[in-house]
Amino acid sequence: MATTTWGWLVLLFPLLGTLIIAFGYRRLPGNWAGIIGTAAIGLAFVAALGALISLQGHASDHRELTSSLWNYANTVGVNAEVSILVDPLSVFMILIVSGISSMIHLYSISYLEEDRGFARYFAYLNFFVFSMLLLVLAGNFLLLIVGWAFVGAASYLLISFWYRRTTATRAGIKAFVVNVVGDAGLVLGTYFIFKHTHTLDFQGTFAAAPHVFHTVEADIVAGCLLLLVGAIAKSAQIPLHTWLPDAMEGPTPVSALIHAATMVTAGVYLIARMHVLFELAPAAQDTGAVIGASTLLIAATIALTQTDIKRVIAYSTMSQIGYMIMGESVGAYAAGMFHLMTHAFFKALLFMGAGSIIGAMGGEQSLQKMGGFRKALPFTFACFIIGGLALSGIPPFSGFFSKDEILLVTAERGGWHWILYVMGYIGAFLTAIYTFRMIFRAFYGDPVAEAQELEAGHLHHAEVPRNPANGEVEDTDVGFPGPHHTVAERALPMRVAMSVLAVGAIGAGLVQIPEVDSVITNFLHPTFAGSPLYEPHTRDGLLIFGLCLGTALGLTGIAIAYRIWVKQPSIAVRARERFAPLYELSHNKWYFDELIDYIVVRPAAAAGKFAQGTFERVFVQDTLIGGSTGIVRAGSAAVRAVQSGFVRYYAALLVLGVTGVAFYFLLQT
Amino acid sequence: MTIGWYLAVSAIVFCLGAAGVMVRRNPLVVLLCLELMLNGANLALVAFSRMWGNGDGQILALVVMTVAACEVCIGLGMIVAIHRRRLPIDVDELRELQG
Amino acid sequence: MSAILFFIAGFGAIAGAVGVVMLRDPFYAVLALVGHLLSLAVLFLLLRAEFVAAVQVVVYAGAVMVLYVFVVAYIGGREEPLGELLRGRGPAGAQLRLGAAILSGALLVELLIALLGTGLKAIGGYGAAYAPGPRTFGTPAYIGQLLLTRFLLVFEAASFLLTIAAVGAVVLARRRGGIAEDVDGRKLTPLDLIRPQGTGTMAEGVGARK
Repeated sequence: MATTTWGWLVLLFPLLGTLIIAFGYRRLPGNWAGIIGTAAIGLAFVAALGALISLQGHASDHRELTSSLWNYANTVGVNAEVSILVDPLSVFMILIVSGISSMIHLYSISYLEEDRGFARYFAYLNFFVFSMLLLVLAGNFLLLIVGWAFVGAASYLLISFWYRRTTATRAGIKAFVVNVVGDAGLVLGTYFIFKHTHTLDFQGTFAAAPHVFHTVEADIVAGCLLLLVGAIAKSAQIPLHTWLPDAMEGPTPVSALIHAATMVTAGVYLIARMHVLFELAPAAQDTGAVIGASTLLIAATIALTQTDIKRVIAYSTMSQIGYMIMGESVGAYAAGMFHLMTHAFFKALLFMGAGSIIGAMGGEQSLQKMGGFRKALPFTFACFIIGGLALSGIPPFSGFFSKDEILLVTAERGGWHWILYVMGYIGAFLTAIYTFRMIFRAFYGDPVAEAQELEAGHLHHAEVPRNPANGEVEDTDVGFPGPHHTVAERALPMRVAMSVLAVGAIGAGLVQIPEVDSVITNFLHPTFAGSPLYEPHTRDGLLIFGLCLGTALGLTGIAIAYRIWVKQPSIAVRARERFAPLYELSHNKWYFDELIDYIVVRPAAAAGKFAQGTFERVFVQDTLIGGSTGIVRAGSAAVRAVQSGFVRYYAALLVLGVTGVAFYFLLQT
Repeated sequence: MTIGWYLAVSAIVFCLGAAGVMVRRNPLVVLLCLELMLNGANLALVAFSRMWGNGDGQILALVVMTVAACEVCIGLGMIVAIHRRRLPIDVDELRELQG
Repeated sequence: MSAILFFIAGFGAIAGAVGVVMLRDPFYAVLALVGHLLSLAVLFLLLRAEFVAAVQVVVYAGAVMVLYVFVVAYIGGREEPLGELLRGRGPAGAQLRLGAAILSGALLVELLIALLGTGLKAIGGYGAAYAPGPRTFGTPAYIGQLLLTRFLLVFEAASFLLTIAAVGAVVLARRRGGIAEDVDGRKLTPLDLIRPQGTGTMAEGVGARK
């Protein structure tokens, strides 16, 4: 079967899954919605494998294949086709997306069992996977934008899945609004590029770009910066990151899938795909690198003081995506993609573990209320340790290889990139600290009441269901989480999914051990063939130095975390008091929410009030509408006055008419 | 007297009738003024018939008289009916067709 | 001689007209109109329209005015105060009096202009000469011949109209039971059966009057 046919199949299965579950949700008994959803994504993964095998069957320089299903319109210079591009980069992405998604679907079957919105959830989740696959398989800007928008919509639907929680709906709206800013940037960037290349097709654009744009021409820089805005919004980088922590209002598998492994990596994919354009606009590349580096540091500092376990992992995601954005912007394309893959494994694993421990706590998410779950949740604990070690970059776990390779390439760019190199290692150090802070606080220390209950064999259920964010009391009807919650130790699907991801977290790094094998680099080579930045690194000394430094920083971080949160918690308390301003800055997320509120939200609200109160009310309502109706009413009132009912008036009018006619005839002669 | 004089009298009578219709409030008197107008028209018709020398104007004058008789019939019948229903015999008060 | 008669009859006609318009009591107005009609009959005679003059006296002054007298006697004609008549109480008072004067004055002026204008020559003659005979201009035989030959349709239509008017007057003035007095049980008329509720006069429609 042709490679592109496999590509279409990859898109077809999740779409069918969505439609079947969405239209049949009333009639699907029991867990069937979940099984159908998981099967759809599983089939998509099989099709992705087929695409991979089929692609590798082509010669190395013939691995960029397009296929157009349907020409939607060809007008005003825009050729809008429904076409996909199957090349190593997109096959890489669809493998990751479909693989991780299938595991998360499997996990969700247990996690959301007996939720009243079970079928709705799987319909949304399948729709999300379809959109993400559409995004990465798109062969032209138009389909990319369509996929981008769909993904944002799916994210909104899933964040506000428990829609009767006001916090969830507000978070969904916030995510959607910030994503729309990115969408606008993406569309405008596309316009700037289309203005000169006159084609929306990727292959055509990339072929034409070096000839049409001379370096440092304003339009290509503007276009790439706007594309970067889109990437920043979708990947939750500073300053458009404020939606990601709030997005944790969604169910935990949603956080695992969308906000760790797939949607937030769309920005990384975008920069990789547009590398030809970015290389023509070094200013945009440098901007991306700086933003990525700043995000990874700032997010790491915030994660040090957060108390909600899911938010710690969310900021960790933000930080790691910062690494990837930085990597893609400095030219470490293969390294950035490699880190995307390993990150997907261990971050999804960490989220799944978080879901398990939240289940054990009966819905409570605060680290301050957790402790001593080591004996009660052994499997979850093991998964957390594996994920945490991978995240901290300890060899031989996967995170170690990928993170160091990015930083190596950054250093090799030379010049001011050394600053980014240093920032990267500081971030790695902080990563180890906050990751193991989270693990130690949740699993070490004296077991809390819920842990003791679980050790005794009884899963804790809260008597009064509460919103974990603000403590509001809620019921368990549709729109809220159901009364059911479970832990991984008791649910086989959860354990299977987590095990698969754990294997990936441990072993995924083995495909790209420096100096030993470079599977990813070779695989992605055809996509990045023309790039001058894609050569493998040559500075062995720096490589060894970097590997050792990374390991040392990671282990040191773990040791510090152990010292503080296992041995002497008072150190943390004293540090908080002594560095109170820093603590406040970190705990309040660097006041970005308040900043955006002052700069954007309040002026917009004031403008809206002015428009409504003054313009709308005075001009439109009173003048335009009131005026036109007033004129009509006055006219009809004037006409109505003639019908006075007085016979004498009518007689007078008659005589007046006769006089007029006589006058006319007089004039005739 | 030349025909013009008769026509002048006819015009004066007609206009007096029109003024009366517009001014008077008793419907009986309004009908009387209407008769005045008809008579003015009759006079003009007969005068022109004399001028042209054929009888067409006179025939039409007869027909006008017939019509006037019918109209008076109906009008007075209506006024009698109104009076029977105890409504005011005043053209200004009888304005249910207003609006 | 005819000129003197013309002026007397003309003056009488105009005086009668003024009397109809100005007199307060409707009875006196009727009498003024009778005088006006008789003057008009004299004018018709001067114009050689003998038959029309006779018909005017017999039918118009003799029958129609008698009818008027009967009705005025029955209704009892309210006497309008002179001041009110001139000032005009109510919504159509002074303006309408003024308007009426202006409008009719304007009409009169126009008609006189038409008279005294270019058509003076045409109406400057005396008309047909006086030629007595059994079937000459203006005699009953002459009119009768015209009616039964050239104007037969008009003749028949006029008689038809008279019939309709008579029937209509009877129907209109018929005493209808139960509409004016509605206190004791309404008697349904066929009209009520066809007519839906709330239709009829506007007052009935808004419920102001049954």
